[in-house]
Amino acid sequence: MTTNLQTSTKTNTDVVFRTENVNIYYGDFKAVRDVNIEVPRHAITAFIGPSGCGKSTVLRCFNRLNDLIKSFHLDGKILYHGQDLYASDIDAVEVRRQIGMVFQQPNPFPKTIYDNIAFGPRLLGYKGDMDELVENSLRGAAMWDDVKDKLKALGTDLSGGQQQRLCIARAIAVQPEVLLMDEPCAALDPISTLKIEDLMQELKEKYTLVIVTHNMQQASRASDFTAFFNVQANEKGQRTGYIEEHDRTEVIFQSPKQKATQEYVSGRFG
Amino acid sequence: MAPAVERNTGMSYERTQTSRVVDNGFKWLTWLFGVGIGVTLLAIALQVAIDAWPAIQKFGIFDFITVARWNPVEDIYGAWTQIYGTLITSFIALLIAVPIGVGVAIILSEDFLPERLRQPLVFMVELLAAIPSVVYGLWGMFVLAPLLQGPMTWLHQNFGWIPLFSTPPTGRGIYIASLVLAIMILPIISSISRDSLASVNPALRQAAYGLGATRWETLIQVIIPTAISGIIGGVMLALGRAMGETMAVTMLIGNSPRPSPSLFAQGSTISALLANQFAEASGLQVAALMYAALILFVLTLIVNVLAEYIVKKVEIKKL
Repeated sequence: MTTNLQTSTKTNTDVVFRTENVNIYYGDFKAVRDVNIEVPRHAITAFIGPSGCGKSTVLRCFNRLNDLIKSFHLDGKILYHGQDLYASDIDAVEVRRQIGMVFQQPNPFPKTIYDNIAFGPRLLGYKGDMDELVENSLRGAAMWDDVKDKLKALGTDLSGGQQQRLCIARAIAVQPEVLLMDEPCAALDPISTLKIEDLMQELKEKYTLVIVTHNMQQASRASDFTAFFNVQANEKGQRTGYIEEHDRTEVIFQSPKQKATQEYVSGRFG
Repeated sequence: MAPAVERNTGMSYERTQTSRVVDNGFKWLTWLFGVGIGVTLLAIALQVAIDAWPAIQKFGIFDFITVARWNPVEDIYGAWTQIYGTLITSFIALLIAVPIGVGVAIILSEDFLPERLRQPLVFMVELLAAIPSVVYGLWGMFVLAPLLQGPMTWLHQNFGWIPLFSTPPTGRGIYIASLVLAIMILPIISSISRDSLASVNPALRQAAYGLGATRWETLIQVIIPTAISGIIGGVMLALGRAMGETMAVTMLIGNSPRPSPSLFAQGSTISALLANQFAEASGLQVAALMYAALILFVLTLIVNVLAEYIVKKVEIKKL
């Protein structure tokens, strides 16, 4: 079980996640249906689509963060290097240790910058040189030079853009294989947004990124693959999301096969 | 300012005189309330100090605090028994109520229990605060004390060599007053702690879970440290309440003027002393009682300042 998950990460498959007929429910309500998608390694996959289409819901299945919602359940399979993340013998905590997440609102702990970064490694019992790990993580998030003289300052006292980079540094401190980013720039100004996007290009050398974004320019600028989520209401008015189209980013934005995709990326709805 | 351009919109762009007066009125009213609280507090402190003055002059500070004698016949007073009783009962009550209260707060703020069970429990804990203290006193006297008589006697018989258990337990004493105090302050600690735990930004919880923290790791390393200033505030408020509690303690502590290291011995507290003696006191005894009241006042003040200091200290630690 545990060993399976750990050994399987070492096999260098080119597909990190593969979902098979995933349907996601909150109680009786079907939130997302028929998700069949592959997330390739060392690339940025973007989820775009109108509000309420289930982009974030699907993203949060990849690290089992939806487990926190009591009414949540899913059928189908989410395979992480061939291992079903929702199999009964998989420990959600161990999943989250390997698959990092960055949230929409920057959420540093009310602790020092140093302690924010060291939080994850300490949980995982890291015995090596913590100072070095903190420095490397902050360098990895392109903010070492900004904060190297104030590691004892509160992470929550940084500006919004820096807080978000701190959260990225915190996530990569445990050296996850995957970084999930749920609208990481939604709360940021345009300059901070560009910095995060540049950072994402560096991060994909070492990590696999899945990013949810409302910002179509961002998806077209920054991602390699794009999944367009759409939403359909049934007769009772319940809105169920599904993937309309999934392809290389340039295909989605320049020559989409579906009319809905074409309309969405050209800004005609959503 | 008169409108620069005449506009016929049916709306007035100038503030009316009434609006100005009301605004100003509110400002002065809040000022008045704020100053009123301060003045009331100072007036009480001053009055107590004035009434206590003859006793302060006669016994001095050090003697009054450290000597254990309360003799209205000879008019010699020293309040060590009562000061010790106040401190020890409050301390024991905190020792019991803090872990339980914070534990209750954690259970009621996390989703351990189904909502249907949690809400009634929250309500019941807060209802504990609504029980009149005379009822607590009666309950301690007629229910809790007989119930504990057996176990406490066993404790005395087997561990009597420890000074804390060196006297045989009776139905009244420091231990029973402390236990009932613990129950009385429990709702203060648990409801304030629950509020401050529940007000921790859920995003922090998600951040911790996202890094692979378990529920307990999240709770102990993120949620509680973030809520700690509120929790300490609640504990200090409870301590203030425990030190000032009169009725239940007076009924349970035994009102003995002699200090004893044993928890089973009867003792006294400042507020119990006041409740017992004030009605029949005259002359220097009134002054001495006022002096004791002044000391209780100062003790509570110290607790509050200490609370402020601890909260600051804990918050600075986060920096």
